[in-house]
Amino acid sequence: MYNALIMPVLADKIFYFLTFVALLSALLVVFSKKPMHSVLFLIITFFCLSGHYVLLNAQFLAAVNIIVYAGAIMVLFLFTIMFLNLKNEEEDKRSAITQIIATVSGGTLLVLMVAVLRQTEMNLVANREPISNVGLVESLGKVLFRDYLLPFELASVLFLAAMVGAVMLGKRDPGDKVI
Amino acid sequence: MDLEIIKTIPLEHYIYFSTALFCIGIIGVLMRRNALIMFMCVELMLNATNLLLTAFSAYNGDASGQVFVFFIMVVAAAEVAVGLAIVVMIYRNSRSTDIGLLSKLKW
Repeated sequence: MYNALIMPVLADKIFYFLTFVALLSALLVVFSKKPMHSVLFLIITFFCLSGHYVLLNAQFLAAVNIIVYAGAIMVLFLFTIMFLNLKNEEEDKRSAITQIIATVSGGTLLVLMVAVLRQTEMNLVANREPISNVGLVESLGKVLFRDYLLPFELASVLFLAAMVGAVMLGKRDPGDKVI
Repeated sequence: MDLEIIKTIPLEHYIYFSTALFCIGIIGVLMRRNALIMFMCVELMLNATNLLLTAFSAYNGDASGQVFVFFIMVVAAAEVAVGLAIVVMIYRNSRSTDIGLLSKLKW
């Protein structure tokens, strides 16, 4: 099925625009002072990644990314920030030497990875013809419920464990002080 | 039948983009002290992996990669639920989300 959403000429321009916005807002997540701004920039990053999924014709993942990440997880973050009333975090930053070390180590990893990946020859695409309807709900549901049925059911056990854990951790004992 | 993006954008660009996003997440985890922001940077790293898996899946014509992304999202949701409960508990005890306070767990 041809991806009718994207004009052929515009595809690369949209790709580079989304990449630029995603990287910029990811940097702003790390460097913004207030936690609330970080959450909002992270939501922008998630929307850009959903745009990337649409470009790759993975419509199911684009929808799930919006619903689960930008919807559920970010609302949880926002709820926690408002609940704890975190406003200004002026002394949030670590010492200067730690910041420099953090940036240098992260940048070194980036340079190393790019240098290694430039040397790598990736000819796995040549093996198979790209099929564009892989990411649609129909084909993905067939794979999920045929080949990955057991992991899917185990994920529900994981959710149950996480739910019980979150309730147990968040429960207030009678002697605790009220926030 | 082919996708336009696969013809115009090489797979390497997706790999470089995901690597950059992952490294930004690592820098954030190492640099910030607020536990909530560290969690957000972990989410950033998970999303970089998700995008890479999706790109490989789309370029290779194999749906398994996108199913894996689905499971990563499941695990991320569970992780955030438990992690934020822990953050709230830490805040209740120490009035701060600074993870430096947790260094007293050492002794």
